Amino acid sequence: MRAMVYRGPYRIRVEEKDRPKIEHPGDAVVRVTRAAICGSDLHLYHGMLPDTRVGSTFGHEFIGVVDEVGAAVRTLKPGDRVMVPFNVFCGTCYFCARGLYANCHNVNPNATAVGGIYGYSHTTGGYDGGQAEFVRVPFADVGPTLIPDWMDEEDAVLLTDATATGYFGAQLGDIAEGDVVVVFGAGPVGLVAAKSAWLMGAGRVIVIDHLEYRLEKARTFAHAETYNFAEYDDIVVQLKKATDHLGADVVIDAVGAEADGNFLQHVTAAKLKLQGGSPIALNWAIDSVRKGGTVSVMGAYGPMFSAVKFGDALNKGLTLRMNQCPVKRQWPRLFEHVKNGYLKPSELVTHRIPLEHIAEAYHIFSAKLDGCIKPLIVPNAA
Amino acid sequence: MPSTPYTSERPPRPESNDQLRARIPGWGVDLDPRDRPAVPKERLDPALAGAPGEFPARQPEEQPRERSIEHAELTPVFGTSCPPKGLSGVIRRYAYGQYSEGRAAHWLLLLAADRVDTVESTLRSFVSTRPDNPITQTGVLSEFTHHGIGSRFGRKRADVNHQWLDPIIVGAPWLLAGALAYRIARRVAGR
Repeated sequence: MRAMVYRGPYRIRVEEKDRPKIEHPGDAVVRVTRAAICGSDLHLYHGMLPDTRVGSTFGHEFIGVVDEVGAAVRTLKPGDRVMVPFNVFCGTCYFCARGLYANCHNVNPNATAVGGIYGYSHTTGGYDGGQAEFVRVPFADVGPTLIPDWMDEEDAVLLTDATATGYFGAQLGDIAEGDVVVVFGAGPVGLVAAKSAWLMGAGRVIVIDHLEYRLEKARTFAHAETYNFAEYDDIVVQLKKATDHLGADVVIDAVGAEADGNFLQHVTAAKLKLQGGSPIALNWAIDSVRKGGTVSVMGAYGPMFSAVKFGDALNKGLTLRMNQCPVKRQWPRLFEHVKNGYLKPSELVTHRIPLEHIAEAYHIFSAKLDGCIKPLIVPNAA
Repeated sequence: MPSTPYTSERPPRPESNDQLRARIPGWGVDLDPRDRPAVPKERLDPALAGAPGEFPARQPEEQPRERSIEHAELTPVFGTSCPPKGLSGVIRRYAYGQYSEGRAAHWLLLLAADRVDTVESTLRSFVSTRPDNPITQTGVLSEFTHHGIGSRFGRKRADVNHQWLDPIIVGAPWLLAGALAYRIARRVAGR
């Protein structure tokens, strides 16, 4: 089969790989019909996440058609159209039994600090991902869900991570009626978080980024006020001015490790990989939330330490909440929101690129060329 | 009159609930935390995920699988994407065998192994039918087809200040390796 393959930092190609096989009776093999590149894939692409091995296939956002099932699979059969959460999870361990699917303990021998994720290095279990024609899906009775007939395919693929994660990020903010919510990052996760904040009753929603085309999307897709931090000497002071010098009730970090930061932060985090990511967005979040407020962290960071302003978080009495999103737990409610027209994730898709051109897709997305917000990958066999 | 943070008053809201409901489809539908699927954080319900309930069958361990020493045992299911190989594989197995996830050495060794893996794999590609090609693999040609200049300049982008580092980070190893190969070739030819 054809598959995207990592060759080293900033380098990928498409090559022939063996079609995945059933390795466990609970497995399925899914023929991928649509995949996406996630902002967190860029951490892998830039070589920031430890134990990203040459030869691995990325991609944790995908939908497809069941091609083969293991002997123990009961709920799926070949031909079923399925959407697959980015979490690999068993559904039965201590954590899954409590709804923490992103923290499953039965799927990742490489680390106890993170669960299993498709196509996201060996640090998250060593599973190949869905930027390929076929993908192995463990625990096929637990993770995948049939795509409802009424659901658009592009909505479905965005529900496998970006939409669910943004919605989850707003929930972790514990938003109360009338709250002022600031979202750092106008990528897909930040845009959905901003839109979701309204669903939870926010009184104002403010989105911060430096890419004007993404801020325009924040105004139209998420109905948000926007600030371009590149236009201000100090965005924290600007946010204080914009919030009556009180600070926001809730701040959501939807940037994560890829934040550019100052030269020192950029070199130590993005280039030398000596931090788990440039923490500038998280530090801005800590500085711009009000005392006693909540910071929700949805941006992905690596397992190394980052130079976070923890003292300010302590002194301000903040609540810091974070996790990888347990996607399937969000789906029943999110399906209602999509069906009712409150959320239309496919409006975020800007590029549809054949698998054979995935190296260009990564560069376009990484360098933010051509107004790119969300690129989809279309495999040859789709 | 002192401004907001110096009094007990909450700042006035710019829009009422009714105004927001009229302007934003779905405003407030999840106002009640009971409608939020992630609340409460932990909800003990083993049937929630639809799993059969019993401990999963064990995936066969066809070759020794590295694991964190913080795990009591190998997990019943695991990925088999790229088993450790070569010198990078030796470093990876050492990192997993010696250091917990709590130790910086664990992660720094894995990062070092990633860089060694890149060098090993690139060298290996040169004796294969498909050598690595930094031009096509970086996707840099899309600069010419997807508005590389227009997307960057005159747009107040903060990241442009540091993007000059990218070609150096990506290109320098290739240029150094090329220069080294040229010198070796000249020396051999001069004998």
